[in-house]
Amino acid sequence: MTTSSDRPVPDHVGDPGAVETDLLRFLGKRTGRIWTADADVFGSGGLSSLFAMELVVHLERTYGIAVRGSDLRMDNFRTARRMAALVGRLRGAAGDGAGA
Amino acid sequence: MTARSGTRAAGRRLAVLGAGVMGTGIAALAVGHGVAVALADPDRRRLDGARARIGHQLRTARLMGALPQDTEEGALRTGPSLAALVAADGADLTAVVEAVTEDPGAKAKALAEVSALLAPGTLVVSNTSSIPIDELALATARPEDLVGTHFMNPPCLIRTVEVVRGARTGAATLDALRDLLAALRREPVVVADAPGFVTSRILHPMINDAVRVVAAGTASAEAVDRLMQGCLGHPTGPLRTADLIGLDNLADSLWVLHGRTGEERCRPSGLLLEMVRAGHLGRKSGRGFYAYDHTYEDEFECEGEQA
Repeated sequence: MTTSSDRPVPDHVGDPGAVETDLLRFLGKRTGRIWTADADVFGSGGLSSLFAMELVVHLERTYGIAVRGSDLRMDNFRTARRMAALVGRLRGAAGDGAGA
Repeated sequence: MTARSGTRAAGRRLAVLGAGVMGTGIAALAVGHGVAVALADPDRRRLDGARARIGHQLRTARLMGALPQDTEEGALRTGPSLAALVAADGADLTAVVEAVTEDPGAKAKALAEVSALLAPGTLVVSNTSSIPIDELALATARPEDLVGTHFMNPPCLIRTVEVVRGARTGAATLDALRDLLAALRREPVVVADAPGFVTSRILHPMINDAVRVVAAGTASAEAVDRLMQGCLGHPTGPLRTADLIGLDNLADSLWVLHGRTGEERCRPSGLLLEMVRAGHLGRKSGRGFYAYDHTYEDEFECEGEQA
């Protein structure tokens, strides 16, 4: 089980724009090229699909979320914008149960 | 040839010997298709980590849309040996897949144990990238029950499976394997027995040459892969493929080829052996020709594992 509470979460994590910026920085660092928020990272000339699971794990660890069920599909991870939207939605959902 | 259907997995139970990269990969493929799996490995640490690795592979396969959506996962049971698993749950097995380390002695030992425990006529599959099936058949009491497979890594994501028919493999055995692979939605290509069969016989010396090119300073690993991808249409590049295979497994396989073909081109290159000695085994250890953020040993949440 991912112990999200043990992991540091960036202060600005509530802001989807900031998550997007963080993701673009992460993608840039991992691939050595510059990405825009709506570029298909797995499209032609993009990343190997084997990298997709790394992205999922990165998002889970960095933002303390758990991606499961029907959320676990490539379409959610194609662009930095979609990934940021998913993070925002799952963090919102997780927040409902916070304080337990 | 039997008819194919994705819904024939129910009631099947598969034993997998060896919880390494291929053993867990084959176990994940089966579990993801609703087949119950009994996974055996004497290495306690490796066995303890197997459930998490299988969970990670299942998540990856789901992410890629590579598993049937309406199929409930098969139960996963783990144990230190086939004998222990048979003692716990009985010997009623659809098949045993031997996926222990790529070493003829280790495989022979595992196959001898299988012969002693299972009823005649039980499908026995040796998963190997290069060891001739006829050679492995010497270790079993019933060579007609033995057939070879060479699953590619990761098994959940690669549909085609190289199937090796040994000289003594029975027709019923080959049919039973076709049936099992159909339930796992894999597509077999059956070939005759030989060192390295088809894929390793062609790919492994080529990867070995790619390593030599890097060692000679002609190009970086990245440049070699980019050229092989961009100019020759290789899907991942030979050195990224080497990282995925595991550099230790690749070296083992090259030794098998070298010993049985006598070709110097198959002798593992110095750089490859050096990297193996240094523990840089590729993706599974976090570092090979490339660096990886995390390894198979990392803990992952095991979504959907009900076993």
